[in-house]
Amino acid sequence: MTALLTSELRTLFRRRRTWAMLTVLAAAPVLLAVALWLSGDEPAPGEGPPFFDRITQSGLFVSVAALALSIPFFLPVTVAVVAGDSLAGEASLGTLRYLLVAPAGRSRLLLVKAVAALAFAVAGIGTILVVGAGLGTVLFGVGPVPTLSGSTLGVAGSSGRIALVGLYALVSLLGLVAVGILVSTLTDVPVGAMAATVIAAIASQILGSIPQLDWLHPWLPTRYWFGFADMLRDPIAWGQLQDSLVLQLGYVAVLGSLAWARFTTKDVLS
Amino acid sequence: MIDPRDLAVATAGLTKRFGEQVAVDGIDLAVPYGAVYGFLGPNGSGKTTTIRLLLGLARATAGEIAVLGEPMPDRGREVLPRVGALVEGPAFYPYLGGAANLARFDAANPASDPATRRTRVMEALDRVGLTAAARKKTKAYSLGMKQRLGIAVALLRPRELLVLDEPTNGLDPQGTREIRALVRSLAAHGSTVLVSSHLLTEVEQICTHVGVMSRGRLVEQGTLEDFRGRAEAQFVVRSPDPTEAVRVLVGLGLATESTGDVVTGSVDGRPPPPAEDVVAALVAAGVRVRGFAVERPSLEDRFVALTGEGFEVPR
Repeated sequence: MTALLTSELRTLFRRRRTWAMLTVLAAAPVLLAVALWLSGDEPAPGEGPPFFDRITQSGLFVSVAALALSIPFFLPVTVAVVAGDSLAGEASLGTLRYLLVAPAGRSRLLLVKAVAALAFAVAGIGTILVVGAGLGTVLFGVGPVPTLSGSTLGVAGSSGRIALVGLYALVSLLGLVAVGILVSTLTDVPVGAMAATVIAAIASQILGSIPQLDWLHPWLPTRYWFGFADMLRDPIAWGQLQDSLVLQLGYVAVLGSLAWARFTTKDVLS
Repeated sequence: MIDPRDLAVATAGLTKRFGEQVAVDGIDLAVPYGAVYGFLGPNGSGKTTTIRLLLGLARATAGEIAVLGEPMPDRGREVLPRVGALVEGPAFYPYLGGAANLARFDAANPASDPATRRTRVMEALDRVGLTAAARKKTKAYSLGMKQRLGIAVALLRPRELLVLDEPTNGLDPQGTREIRALVRSLAAHGSTVLVSSHLLTEVEQICTHVGVMSRGRLVEQGTLEDFRGRAEAQFVVRSPDPTEAVRVLVGLGLATESTGDVVTGSVDGRPPPPAEDVVAALVAAGVRVRGFAVERPSLEDRFVALTGEGFEVPR
C-alpha cells in the first residue's frame, strides 16, 4: 500500500502538468499582493475580496484573500483535473492494465488514487496559503489583526486561523474529489472525466445561486464552500465546518461506493 | 489425457461475450509447465481477449480458468506476482524515464521487495538492451524500444509464467531474433511461456506447443510435432503423361490435381503409401517420370487452412 502510494505521489508530482497547475494557483496571491502593493492604497473596509482590507495590517492575510478568490474556480478546476484523470488517464495511456496485472489490486488502486487527489488538494491549498502569507509578509509586514468578531489576533493566532481556513477548504473539496474519481471509473477518456467534474462544481454553484431551488441547496456539494470566514471569528464558529464535513463525507460514502462497485467489476479493455 | 496439475494455464469452456458478439467461444486451453506455447491466430480471433481473461483484466462470461494451478481471477493477488505479462502492446508514462516506469510497475506489486527494486530494474533494462536509455523519457523511445521496455516489465522478477502478447510487434528482424533468444533462455531457466502472434513464422522456431485460434474458437492445440505431423504429405510428379499419372495415383487411393505436366497426389487423412511404391507403380504403368518429390505443405499453409485467408475481418 505505502509503496504504491509513494509511487503514485512521485508520479503525480514528477509530472509537469501538476507543477503548472500549482503555479497557476500560486499566481492568485502573487497578483493580489503585488497589485495592492504597487497601488499603495489602503483598501477601504469591506472592499475587494474577503479579507482584502486586512492585508495592509498583516500581510499574512494575502493567503486568505487569495484562497477566497480561488475557491469558486481555480481550485476546483485543478482538483478536478487530477481526480478526473486518476483512472481514466491510466486507462488512456494503457498503464492501467499493467498496474492491475502487477497486481496493484483494484480496491487498493482506487484508494491510492483518491488519496493522491486529496494530496494534490492539500498541495494546491498549501501553495496558495504559503505563497500568500510569505509574499504578504515581505510586502506588508505582519501585525495584529481584528477578527470578524472584533477581538484581535497576533501573528501566531493569525497563522493558526489561516491553517484552519485551509482545512475548511480541504473539507469542502472532498465531495468533488469523489465526483472526479467516480467519473474517472466510468470512462477511458481523461479529458471527458475532467470536464464532467469541473461541470459538476460549476453547476452546483449555479444551482446554489438560484433562490427558487432552495429545497435543493442543502444537498449541493458547494453549499458550504464560502463559509470559511467562520474560522476567523472569535470564538471560532464550528457549525458550518461540521455541517460541511457531514455533507462531504456523505458524498464520499455514496460516490465512493459507486466508484468502488464500478471499478472492481469493470472489464479493463483499454 | 493431460492432468490439469501439469498445466501452467488451463481453461475449461472459457467464453467471453460482448453484447451479441462472442469474442471467445468455449475454449479449453492447455499450456503444460515448461512449454513455450505459441498462441496463434489472425488479428481479431480472440487471442488478446483470452489473455485479458487469463490475467483477470476482464471477467469471463462462462467457463473456468486456472493459472499456475490457482483459479483466476479469484486468486489474482497470489498468482499475478508470479506472472510476467505483455498485453496488447506496451504502455508507459511518457513523461517518465524507462527506469522510472519500471519502478512504478514494480511498486504496484505488493510482493516485490523495495530494497532490491533498483537492482532489479537495472537488470531488467540490461536484459533487453536498454541500459543506455534508462533515464530517457519514454515519449522519446522508438516503437522497438517501447516493445523491449514492455518485455522488461515482465522480467522485473523471476516469473514462473510469462504471457507475451505479440512481443515482436514493431521490432526489426534483428530485434525479433533477440526476442526469440530471450524467450528460449527464459524457457531454459524453467519458465513457462505463452507467446501470442498472428505470424506463425515468428514463433515456430521457439515453440514446443501451439494453439490456433480462429473466430473465437481454439481450432487446434497440441505439440508442434503433432501440428507438423498433421500436415499431410503430398507426392508431386512431373511427367509428359499426366493423364496416365493421374490414373495410377488414383489407383493408389490418392486425391489428384494436375496442371500441365505436374501432377500432385495427396492422401485424405489415411497414412500415405511409401514413396518408393508410388514411383514403382508409375514406372510399371509406363509413365515417363521426369521428376518426383514428396512435399509437405508448410506450417504456414496449414495455419492458413485452419484460420482462413484474406483481409476479411471475422464478424
